[in-house]
Amino acid sequence: MAPAATTSNGNLSANDNIQRFAPPSRPMSPPAAHTLFHEKTRCFVYGLQPKAVQGMLDFDFICGRKRPSVAGIIYTFGGQFVSKMYWGTSETLLPVYQTVEKAISKHDDVDTVVNFASSRSVFSSTMELMEYSQIKSIAIIAEGVPERRAREILYVATKRGVTIIGPATVGGIKPGCFKIGNTGGMMDNIVASKLYRPGSVAYVSKSGGMSNELNSIIAQTTDGVLEGVAIGGDRYPGTTFIDHLLRYQQDPNCKILVLLGEVGGVEEYRVIEAVKSGKITKPIVAWAIGTVAGLLKTEVQFGHAGSFANSQLETAAQKNKAMRASGILVPETFEEMPQILAKLYQKLVKEGTIKPKAEVAVPKIPMDYSWAQELGLIRKPAAFISTISDDRGQELLYAGMPISDVFREDIGIGGVMSLLWFRRRLPTYASKFLEMVLMLTADHGPAVSGAMNTIITTRAGKDLISSLVAGLLTIGSRFGGALDGAAEEFTKAFDKGLSPRDFVDTMRKENKLIPGIGHRIKSRNNPDLRVELVKDYVQAHFPSTKLLDYALAVETVTTSKKDNLILNVDGCIAVCFVDLLRSCGAFSPEEAEDYFKMGVLNGLFVLGRSIGLIAHHLDQKRLRTGLYRHPWDDISYLLPTLGKPGGTEGRVEVDMA
Amino acid sequence: MSAKAILEADGKAIVNYHLTRAPVIKPTPLKPSSTHNAPLKLASLHFPDDKDTMAVLDQAEIQYPWLLASGAKFVAKPDQLIKRRGKSGLLALNKTWPEAKEWIAARAKKSQRVETVDGVLRQFLVEPLVPHPQETEYYICIQSVREGDWIFFTHEGGVDVGDVDEKAEKLLIPVNLSQYPSNEEIAKTLLSKVPKGVHNVLVDFISRLYAVYVDCQFTYLEINPLVVIPNSDATSASVHFLDLAAKLDQTAEFECGVKWAVARSPANLGLPILKGGSEKVQVDAGPPMEFPAPFGRELSKEEAYIAEMDAKTGASLKLTILNSQGRVWTLVAGGGASVVYADAIASAGFANELANYGEYSGAPTETQTFHYAKTVFDLMLRAPQHEQGKVLFIGGGIANFTNVASTFKGVIRALREVAPLLVEHKVQIWVRRAGPNYQEGLKNIKNVGSELGLDMHVYGPDMHVSGIVPLALLGKKSEIPEFSG
Repeated sequence: MAPAATTSNGNLSANDNIQRFAPPSRPMSPPAAHTLFHEKTRCFVYGLQPKAVQGMLDFDFICGRKRPSVAGIIYTFGGQFVSKMYWGTSETLLPVYQTVEKAISKHDDVDTVVNFASSRSVFSSTMELMEYSQIKSIAIIAEGVPERRAREILYVATKRGVTIIGPATVGGIKPGCFKIGNTGGMMDNIVASKLYRPGSVAYVSKSGGMSNELNSIIAQTTDGVLEGVAIGGDRYPGTTFIDHLLRYQQDPNCKILVLLGEVGGVEEYRVIEAVKSGKITKPIVAWAIGTVAGLLKTEVQFGHAGSFANSQLETAAQKNKAMRASGILVPETFEEMPQILAKLYQKLVKEGTIKPKAEVAVPKIPMDYSWAQELGLIRKPAAFISTISDDRGQELLYAGMPISDVFREDIGIGGVMSLLWFRRRLPTYASKFLEMVLMLTADHGPAVSGAMNTIITTRAGKDLISSLVAGLLTIGSRFGGALDGAAEEFTKAFDKGLSPRDFVDTMRKENKLIPGIGHRIKSRNNPDLRVELVKDYVQAHFPSTKLLDYALAVETVTTSKKDNLILNVDGCIAVCFVDLLRSCGAFSPEEAEDYFKMGVLNGLFVLGRSIGLIAHHLDQKRLRTGLYRHPWDDISYLLPTLGKPGGTEGRVEVDMA
Repeated sequence: MSAKAILEADGKAIVNYHLTRAPVIKPTPLKPSSTHNAPLKLASLHFPDDKDTMAVLDQAEIQYPWLLASGAKFVAKPDQLIKRRGKSGLLALNKTWPEAKEWIAARAKKSQRVETVDGVLRQFLVEPLVPHPQETEYYICIQSVREGDWIFFTHEGGVDVGDVDEKAEKLLIPVNLSQYPSNEEIAKTLLSKVPKGVHNVLVDFISRLYAVYVDCQFTYLEINPLVVIPNSDATSASVHFLDLAAKLDQTAEFECGVKWAVARSPANLGLPILKGGSEKVQVDAGPPMEFPAPFGRELSKEEAYIAEMDAKTGASLKLTILNSQGRVWTLVAGGGASVVYADAIASAGFANELANYGEYSGAPTETQTFHYAKTVFDLMLRAPQHEQGKVLFIGGGIANFTNVASTFKGVIRALREVAPLLVEHKVQIWVRRAGPNYQEGLKNIKNVGSELGLDMHVYGPDMHVSGIVPLALLGKKSEIPEFSG
């Protein structure tokens, strides 16, 4: 069984099947001028986009490329040096660079960048990239790039001879060669639209979403896409229709041009001019979307920033009319475009201009685990189970209760505890009792051992968590553990049917102290007010107080022996809690039993006392107290004396023979 | 997010404030002024439905005490992105404040037809009148194109400026500002028909105005008339922009939001600090820029809600109500596909029945999609029933990376909430979508359709993106079978 591999976190293990790619042994001969992307195009991806990069690598793999198109990732916030990606069924490592300079210095074969930087930062990163003369084309994905910045990029790009695709685009695709980012969608769509091998039709579209639709239309009606570019929906795209159509005109493998324009701008007219002047001679099928605009009463800003007609010339209807007049094949409606394309293709096949090639077999790409899981194709046993809270949905759930309801119904800390600890809503009196316990156990002064440890740790300069934990780790059977013990002993005796007197006698015979009985100073005549508070509340609100009654009877027996052998606050809380779980109606007897065994009472004490321990930590910090050192005179030093008999007080001699 | 028109009052405030502050691209003929412009006197009056017209006007007297100056004359006009107001009789010139008040009161909150569009007048601007001779009126307009920014200028400005394209002098300022023309070039190209005496003043003003245009990322700025009154010896002049229309690049908000805001802060507008106003803490030193809807298309509550949601997410959510009583409604994913659907509906002859334009894209979450769909459905089902029933297109292209099943979950949740009404209103639902996990998405929506007894047809990628439109509206038949899961 192979270990579940991770794609991007860079954690490597010995079992990984990693493929490394050596640089080419000799420099490539330069591609033809009309070629933007070819089967050896290498690029950087700017920004952390593991999904898009993986999509590009998968595309490369099924196209049969020998080396991945992505040479490295540039991520200026990155601390990571490699990113692990799949290469078919094996894996490969992509370097991650924090600066453009470093990336460029390591890869002289890269001439393309897919820039995923946000609309805020894309200007500066693109400008920086264009300073390096080896970069020949940049795709800008971000939407919402300010128009002035887009024009500035455009200006520099024209001067330096850099091809810009975008902004606000998904990119473009050249089957068999290169895919920009998320173009073409997921693998299944790339296979369905046969984008893994070249056809004879090259398109340029404004809209990225519609470019995928074109991929599908072209695959259904012809031998497929040769190249496709979405120039982006902004007012000032870096390259426009004409730039790409002129390239397609030069490309001998391209037989049909497709143009999908849009209302707004005048770029379609430059194509018309090129057709009229004979610069473009290959057949064009074209459509400008947005014909609806002229039929609406008011101005509408369509989805794309650039899709707004500032004059009659910029309307889609006018563009379609002008294109048709120049001899471009323009359908009556966009829905008829496939038929026109199919007819043209059939004609070119008949004329022998296009010779359909035999279909190649599609190499399979294994599906990503997470995607297969989302599609419901696979399952695996979960390593962890959680039944109390869920943060995956739109709202945090506590035992199924949305957090907004928790506040709307004002269920308080007690309510939240009952949801998370017991996975159910308890009656209001019960959650109030839980809160009461927290309040009563919150603190018991600085002298108790837990608080002492916290204070000493704080004074040693430790942080809050260390100091809190130092105190908490003191809690056990002697300190704070009385709750658990009391609940256990009283319950056991009560359930066995021992009379209070028998219980006291049995315990004495076994030489055991009764947990929860006895106080250092408080007595029957000087009662502990905390115990009175609990007793009064419980007697007023609980449906049953059987164990409390029993414990009070035990107290009668013990106080008759000694005045301070009263039911103390721990004992009182413990027995009342047992009464609560047994009588509130929310728990079966087995469940109640289970919760005691799981140590829920200790939980109450730990939670409550944490309040006090944190308070002691803050108090010491506030007082700026220094390191504590216990005075010598408060410790008796009783050490054995070496070599002298006697003095066995502190030293144990072990006979090693 | 794109170039958007702004109120005249906002445009004037920005230009006035930044005129002396924006860094000029090259030194201008005049020495920079040692003082900044005084705040303009701009009484911007808004008349919401729930406020009494007279109360708003009375309040204005407190906020803008200069309205009560004795003997003052004013100009009043609606400030709602209306073009050619003078020709539509929407310009009140040379009025005393009581007259202006009366003129506004007669029009505020009333419906008005401007050319072919009907709309309610709610936003007015009152300014002091600037008396000037006709020959001091000029026209200037800056607009952006791919290669740079065109400056149009003519010495014959005013209401009857006529065909500017033909008669204005033009100067293209290239994108690369290091190629900014010299003062002489500007004067030679734009001011050939202007008396020499005001050349320096005008070149200075044009360069400063252009600096504001660049610095505050305008995409369009028109001033007509621009009034330049020379002083007695014609060495300088006072410049007034009487009428102004402008568009800002909304996407530049992260760069210029501060500048747009500070120019419109009460202090910089010269407003007295009114007591008792609970001041909201704002991001910048002034109110955030507002982009009003075009005249005649007041943003409805629903549109405003979607716009607000859109502003808060990286995804794109757009909604425009075209005809709330229309029979044909769309819920389409994708900026391109949504237009294709609108086209198809219009070319089928249903442009008048098209109720809304909108789109959702960029991988919105299930919850966002739910609220978006719910809003559209509510609007559709609020309109009275139609005897032929209604048509709803849940459309979209082949998504590149949006998980169709997950966005459809949101749509399905919304469908469930309104299912009985969908049946009552006889809504035919036509679905076409593809992309990642579309199989699951289409299967789910189809199941819900049959479970809730909805009149629903579902298609996948074999169907043309908007191929369902002629099927639904023209009763055409297709050989492509419905999605069968």
